[in-house]
Amino acid sequence: MKQNYLIAFNSILNKEITRFTRIWVQTLVPPAITMSLYFVIFGNLIGSRVGQMDGFSYMAFIVPGLIMMSVITNSYSNVASSFYSAKFQGNIEELLVSPVPTYIIIAGYVGGGVARGVLVGFIVTCVSLFFVPLQIHSVLVIVTTLLLTSILFALAGLLNAIFAKSFDDISIIPTFILTPLTYLGGVFYSTSLLPPVWETISHANPIIYMVSAFRNGFLGIENIPLFYSFAVIIGFIAVLYTLVYRLISKGVGLRS
Amino acid sequence: MTLALEITGLQKTYSGGVQAVKDINLTVAKGDFYALLGPNGAGKSTTIGVMSSLVNKTAGQVKIFGYDIDTDLEAAKSHIGLVPQEFNFNPFEKIENIIVNQAGYYGVPRKEALVRCEALLKQLELWDKRHEAARNLSGGMKRRLMIARALVHNPQLLILDEPTAGVDIELRRTMWEFLQRKNEQGITIILTTHYLEEAEMLCRNIGIIDKGLLIENTSMKTLLSKLNSESYLLDVNSQLIKPELDGYSCRLLDDHTLEVDVAKGRGLNSLFAQLAAMNIQVQGIRNKENRLEALFMDIVEQGRGKQA
Repeated sequence: MKQNYLIAFNSILNKEITRFTRIWVQTLVPPAITMSLYFVIFGNLIGSRVGQMDGFSYMAFIVPGLIMMSVITNSYSNVASSFYSAKFQGNIEELLVSPVPTYIIIAGYVGGGVARGVLVGFIVTCVSLFFVPLQIHSVLVIVTTLLLTSILFALAGLLNAIFAKSFDDISIIPTFILTPLTYLGGVFYSTSLLPPVWETISHANPIIYMVSAFRNGFLGIENIPLFYSFAVIIGFIAVLYTLVYRLISKGVGLRS
Repeated sequence: MTLALEITGLQKTYSGGVQAVKDINLTVAKGDFYALLGPNGAGKSTTIGVMSSLVNKTAGQVKIFGYDIDTDLEAAKSHIGLVPQEFNFNPFEKIENIIVNQAGYYGVPRKEALVRCEALLKQLELWDKRHEAARNLSGGMKRRLMIARALVHNPQLLILDEPTAGVDIELRRTMWEFLQRKNEQGITIILTTHYLEEAEMLCRNIGIIDKGLLIENTSMKTLLSKLNSESYLLDVNSQLIKPELDGYSCRLLDDHTLEVDVAKGRGLNSLFAQLAAMNIQVQGIRNKENRLEALFMDIVEQGRGKQA
């Protein structure tokens, strides 16, 4: 990477991290509160009656999924709202007029999304310690899944922002697609509990693979083989990156 | 002659079918202070948008210091500093961060960017505001912020799209002096403005765009020499009745104000001599209108006549 590009990447990343930390009450506190409620209600109150799930207490079972849910939501919404705001306010032109290659623009914004996703994941993990002891099966699997998932959803948020023409457009996808997929992505249940037909259908949901891989990292159990999960996530990243790269290079939604 | 800008056969048709630029051929020499004038919707901002790669052109070629924006876009971009018409910074971001980040996009290391940021903010009298969010600045300060941002990577070509719109006259003059200094330091400047006295005062060469065509491209001196006459307003001390002046046509605007048309080459000595002979004391004299304004209107109207 040329030195200039590295400086440009750091500038975008620095701007993005400054942005979400400046408004930490809106970006970092809500997931901690929401997940605390999930831990109390689903983990403690309901979970105590559910019993064991795949050999673990229900609380221990849902922790990886809830962390992953926070990571997905935050990496997505960080990039979607930041990039769309830059379009809306016009300051995306600061980047468009400068000699920053498209892949650096993408890397900078995705880096910002990953930073927020990872930070929120860390905060939620800390919150979970109040409810259940932390179990770690493989740090490498946890870190790899965390990074790949946040990269994937940061790219998805970027794609959303490129096409968005209003602030409504960046809330429609999270509300009507992302949240349902997350809830149906095995966060609160093992897909092995589903009837065979629904279990097969649920494999079309990409979040299943991320939750499964993440749970493997913490608990050592999985609904889907790890290699297969990583292959699917990387495949989605490749498709989204190609799409976003072409759109930004052509100036779709950015240049007239 | 080294060219800062070379535009050949530029055309731009927007997706809705509006042809904003029909065929523009334009060169601006290195070191020039060039005015790009035209009525609203003439195609000035579109042309600037293409130069700075904010607008995709339909046809034509644009070179910045010899770098073609189709083949050497990054090199072309690195030579340009753009001050757009609309405020386009993040209003919640601190001023210092806006400038330092912008420098970073051009590959300027943070340490060096901070030094340049300090120098520019001091020159533009914004240093005390460096930790403020941009939204807290006044209109004039926001304009100066955009100039500082455009200069932080030391561009060779500075493009200003109506930089003094809505700025009070005192601040406008301060900005003129600043831009003149930058031009003297070797930066080529292209300026669009609706304040024609601004163009007359600052620019050596001028282009006039109307309806997507460049209808005039010449030096300011040559353009102003096309004036056939100028009108002056004379404030006089005594109550007037319309005087008969040999070689000058005049009109009485009120008891103490006389409007006089002075033909090209006629001079003012004879006018003052005749008024003195009539015991009329001239207290003050000023141009009725900006001379470039009259020419501008003539050229645009002639251009439209030809196109029709």
